[in-house]
Amino acid sequence: MSDVLGNPVVPPDASDSLAVLEKQRSTAETFGIPLAVLLEITHRCPLQCPYCSNPVELDRSGKELSTEEWKKVLSELAEIGVLQVHFSGGEPTARKDLVELVKHASDVGLYTNLITSAVLLTRERLSELADAGLCHVQISFQGVEEGLADRVAGYRGGHHKKLEVAKWTRELDLPLTVNAVMHRQNLHHLPDIIQMSVDLDADRLEVANVQYYGWALKNRAALMPTVAQLDECTRIVEEARERLKGRLTIDYVVPDYYALRPKKCMGGWGRQFFNISPAGKVLPCHAAESITGLDFESVRSNHSIAWIWQNSDAFNRYRGTGWMKEPCKTCEFREIDFGGCRCQAFALTGDAANTDPACALSPLHETIFKQAEREAEGETNRFLYRNFAGGTLESGNDA
Amino acid sequence: MAGPRHISVSETSRPVLPRHAKLKYDETRKVWVILAPERVLAPDEIAVEVLQLCDGERNVGDVSDQLAAKYTAPREAILADVIVMLQDLADKGFLTEAREKTS
Repeated sequence: MSDVLGNPVVPPDASDSLAVLEKQRSTAETFGIPLAVLLEITHRCPLQCPYCSNPVELDRSGKELSTEEWKKVLSELAEIGVLQVHFSGGEPTARKDLVELVKHASDVGLYTNLITSAVLLTRERLSELADAGLCHVQISFQGVEEGLADRVAGYRGGHHKKLEVAKWTRELDLPLTVNAVMHRQNLHHLPDIIQMSVDLDADRLEVANVQYYGWALKNRAALMPTVAQLDECTRIVEEARERLKGRLTIDYVVPDYYALRPKKCMGGWGRQFFNISPAGKVLPCHAAESITGLDFESVRSNHSIAWIWQNSDAFNRYRGTGWMKEPCKTCEFREIDFGGCRCQAFALTGDAANTDPACALSPLHETIFKQAEREAEGETNRFLYRNFAGGTLESGNDA
Repeated sequence: MAGPRHISVSETSRPVLPRHAKLKYDETRKVWVILAPERVLAPDEIAVEVLQLCDGERNVGDVSDQLAAKYTAPREAILADVIVMLQDLADKGFLTEAREKTS
């Protein structure tokens, strides 16, 4: 899973008869229901990627919503005006009822997207998903070179399987997005990843540099790219975008540690995005549970999803600009980036209401930038793999 | 090689939305939308009208004829506008060519 849902898409253009709807909506303080919702239907996953976007404390399968509960959620989302749902995880195909859920989503008129590692899929199951109305498949890749890709995923044979599923996806006439999560140990393969996406006949490629929360924060020293690597990455993306115009759309997410301005995380807290966790919590972002002291309402509560979005304390806590302290409070960019990422502010400063240290105006920016630079130049390549046991250190590397 | 999705729109093209782009009326927001992967496009009124006529049977010339008649406007001007709009959609990957009838 990348952060693409919270990212700017095509810039608005008055002459564009096909403007992107998010961009046309009023920025006034009316928080209409989001167009798209991320459904993390399980945290179970056969891969162990050290940068997983799931929280470090994962929901166990016993806490997951039942088939009937998810169907009720899907109906409710369609009713209140959500247009798209992304089935994600964990690994969504680990749920035995995925076909049934996709079918139900289609029946109630939702546009469905599957965000998958692909390793559990068979051709038959993918075909059943297509028949159930699935509209789009996004497959994550850990690299192009089998040894490295499988090592990052902590899953032998994974890369080969992904290539196979990507081919089936196109054979079934489903559009394909390649999601490539990039970091210091695989950035040198970026040109090959772009070529692989073209060869797989993908429509979109997400070049998603790791965002350093949760698992990735624990693995920062093994993942952080150097400034030089990142500059080269940007150059390669820009060149490829020009060369592959009309053929492959490339979305690009940079790691914010090296930026001067923070990203408008999730489009601003509680403004245009929410996700639902495996256990049914309605969250302003998939890392939000890492912020302690916030209570998140569940779809199992007596409240409707629309009520939770509009009225719950967790969504209103960092909505708009009223919660801000200095330097955000009087900053001319406060309505542009909304102070960056609350989860990152909490993880690095201990207070989610502080300025995200990715911002050059944060008193911590310089320290964190220097630390990232040091780590990027370091020799630590050993991963802490993601699992339900709180992580397992890779054996062999750095030994 | 570019796939059939990457088309060049002309008067004889018979374009349709591919299965991953869905034109739908959004009851909540009272607007027409095109749902696509990671995108929700908001086509303007003219684009909606053109797309509703692009059923895989009519070609771009037929669509322009119909619009020219309806708005009593010069056909050539309409045709040019329709081609620009559809090509833009095609370039974004949201338009395909109807398959040739095989029988």
